Amino acid sequence: MAEPNHARRFTVLWVVASLIATPLVIVLLGPILPPGNGSQQASGHVTDNTVLLAMATPVLLLVVIYLIYAIIVFRQPKGGVLEGPAVRGNQRLQTWWIVVTSILVLSLAVYGTVRLEEDGAGSGGGPSPVVVPSGKKLKVQVIAQQWEFTYRFPEYGGVEVPHLELPVNQMVELHVTSLDVIHSFWAYQLGVKADANPNVDNVVYVKPTHEQTFEVRCAELCGIWHGAMFDHGHVVSQEAFNTWIAEQQTKYAAATKALPPYSKTYLPEPTRRAE
Amino acid sequence: MSTTIESHSQPAPVRRPLLRRLVGFNLLTAVLLGVAGYYLGWFIGHQVSSGKSFKFISATDENDVALLLAYLFGVVGFLIGLGFANYPVSRLLGKPASLREKEDEGIGRYFGLCTDHKVVGMQYLVGIGLFFFIAGLNAMLIRTELLHSTPTTIAPNQYLSLVGMHGAMMMGVMTSGVLGPFANYFVPIMIGARRMAFPRIEALTFWLLMAAGFILTSTIFFGGFPTGWTGYEPLNDQAVMGMDSYIVFFALVGISMCLLGLNMIATIITMRAPGLTWSRLPIFVWSVLATSVLMVLAAPMLIATLAMAALDRTISTSFFMPGGGGSPYLFENLFWFFGHPEVYILALPGFGIVLELLPVFTRKPLWGYRLAVSGMLGVALLSFFVWQHHLFVSGINADLRPFYMLSTEIISIPTGFIFLCVMGTLWKARSSFTVPMLFCLGWTFNFLIGGLSGVFLSDTPSDTDTHGSFFVMAHFHYTIMGGLIFTFFAAIYYWVPKMTGLRFNERLAKAHFWLMFVAFNSTFMPLFVLGMKGMPRRVSSYAPNLHGLNVWVSISAFVLGFSMLIFLFNAVYSLIVVRLPAAANPWRSKSLEWQVPTPVPVNNFEQIPVIDSDPYDYGTPLGIGGTEPATAGA
Repeated sequence: MAEPNHARRFTVLWVVASLIATPLVIVLLGPILPPGNGSQQASGHVTDNTVLLAMATPVLLLVVIYLIYAIIVFRQPKGGVLEGPAVRGNQRLQTWWIVVTSILVLSLAVYGTVRLEEDGAGSGGGPSPVVVPSGKKLKVQVIAQQWEFTYRFPEYGGVEVPHLELPVNQMVELHVTSLDVIHSFWAYQLGVKADANPNVDNVVYVKPTHEQTFEVRCAELCGIWHGAMFDHGHVVSQEAFNTWIAEQQTKYAAATKALPPYSKTYLPEPTRRAE
Repeated sequence: MSTTIESHSQPAPVRRPLLRRLVGFNLLTAVLLGVAGYYLGWFIGHQVSSGKSFKFISATDENDVALLLAYLFGVVGFLIGLGFANYPVSRLLGKPASLREKEDEGIGRYFGLCTDHKVVGMQYLVGIGLFFFIAGLNAMLIRTELLHSTPTTIAPNQYLSLVGMHGAMMMGVMTSGVLGPFANYFVPIMIGARRMAFPRIEALTFWLLMAAGFILTSTIFFGGFPTGWTGYEPLNDQAVMGMDSYIVFFALVGISMCLLGLNMIATIITMRAPGLTWSRLPIFVWSVLATSVLMVLAAPMLIATLAMAALDRTISTSFFMPGGGGSPYLFENLFWFFGHPEVYILALPGFGIVLELLPVFTRKPLWGYRLAVSGMLGVALLSFFVWQHHLFVSGINADLRPFYMLSTEIISIPTGFIFLCVMGTLWKARSSFTVPMLFCLGWTFNFLIGGLSGVFLSDTPSDTDTHGSFFVMAHFHYTIMGGLIFTFFAAIYYWVPKMTGLRFNERLAKAHFWLMFVAFNSTFMPLFVLGMKGMPRRVSSYAPNLHGLNVWVSISAFVLGFSMLIFLFNAVYSLIVVRLPAAANPWRSKSLEWQVPTPVPVNNFEQIPVIDSDPYDYGTPLGIGGTEPATAGA
């Protein structure tokens, strides 16, 4: 019995499977990938995640189909002691493999860099981000402490509030900092994550694109109530935001006076042990 | 020196009564001296820290100085009790010292300082198994708590201690999971040597690791620690005394790793048999060499970092305290400069085992030997240039993120070499699906998923969603548990018949593999989804809409834990109860370690072998049945 052409069989299997699976992944999984379309940055992430998944699919299929094929076809017969072919490599295949994986990897890195530098990608960009979006920005300071986030609005008299509301379609400049240990400000639906470090001003930009409720979580282990460091924020219309912030200013007028003056960071309290 | 070698060749001494045998340098003495040292350190600590300059300590009822000194004195006492001081002290006194320790004794050699690398390998296997079991139990408790979306079964501080202990024990003790038992046992035999370059240091690495594991476990008596295995500052500084257990534990692990690596490098470079050129070195030995280089270069960074953390905690230095001019970023950087090579320390031995075992079970030479070697060395080299991808959202060096994105993605090129070599070796193979082979194939699938999910984490924009979430958790469990632990079991099923002369019950072993493989994927695959739905790591309260999936994961995790019990039962049943003898070379391997008698003689070889080829001389020049000439690959 002549040996079938395994290379051709496998290649056909893989190409067909990839041609079917990759579009399916893009069409079916793409829209439900996180974090949704809550902001310009979040929509960007959905695109990025879709691209990465689409690139990963053929690679996954290559190895998985190969494994299945090899397990089914290249077997030792029961009780057999046959030897396989003494092939120790294939220079051409190895070279091609290196070339193709290098191209894939480099294009991924270029793509990621371009996407990162477009709008900061909602990722904490340090005290002086490389990319600063043009136009008017609303400054909000996110102050993390064990175990809650509070928000300070320097453009509104430095009022500090316990829950976050943001106006829709307005570029927001978040200044994330901490009063004690390292936290991470994670607004899931807005595609924003930035570590809150004591004595550091970590800037991140986000532009919510529609009115919504979003989740705020801490994404860096910060002590026993790390998991409970959870809140809801709201994206509202510009008018509703103006009303809300005015209300807050009146409500917290006394507290605002007692607060230290607005500053990019606040030095934490001296070291203390938890109870 | 010649006197000692002569004394070794004398007949074994008469068996002394049990009580007499318990007296001497052994584990019992070591434990007693360890406890004595512990209380001595505790006492001194309280004496020195009640002085004026340490007044701030009296503000709490915590005394980190006392606990740190207690641990250090305890470890020193433990090592003296084992007999580690005998050699240097004899030399200092000008007396002839014994070059061999306990090599001729019976069961007693497993309970003390023994310079036989095979004994150390067995000690490692059992000792590491013990801590793997404890850390696994921690995981079961974590998953029990996560059956509920709010803290119910376990208090939040205990939950964090469990998370920290599970992580630290797995990342610390299991770092030596392959190198400890299997490299110590087999590298000297594979390279045709009679022993390791530094047999006493080899024993030291094991006993240090055991002391470390015990110290980490003792954290439960001091309030545990809240930081997870990363020990980030300033949470580290804020934590109660249990944090000191973590610090001493990881520092001891660092010392053990560093010495283990040095010993391996020295042995592999200087003690290869004649004819064992670099291009004939078994691929497993290459992976051990690459791992060892990482261990030697990365571990000192960890030790230094923890020393600084200990100083911050005890005498109020301010390396990491922003209030005193320090920076938590420094800790993050130093920790991950160790921490990222560390994860490749866990992955590389797995590569080596898979590539070492595949030729045996496919009856083919290793495909692409040079590619595999360059893949391992490439991974080892690049692993030092990627650490800041752990800090993509931290705000440090934000303008360098494209560089770290690039370096992280580049590391998948050499990793891809390993996959190509695996696939090339499987091509037109005559595979027998024995249990070690199944675990190797399981590795291929798991590590593929782990690697591909890593792409999402290496891409900075995408990492914004996944960083610090369960996605990361799923990713590194696929690479470490799916990578290291699967190959760890492959190595156990493959090599333990050589180490003990006994074989496992195959039916139970296959049940173990299939249950473990299915339950592993059923546990960790949903974690990708949980992470993408926004569940952060290390939480005991989570969003109620994630409850169903978490219950599924917990149940799968319990099944995974049960599969480990099958293994444990099989080990006890096959190796202790029925003791089925193994064939001399059950896998028909051509590697050197299967050509020596079982049990392996103390000196391994009567005569040092001369090597004239690599150990992958399988296969026939023509294809199977000779129907067609073997064309090379696809």
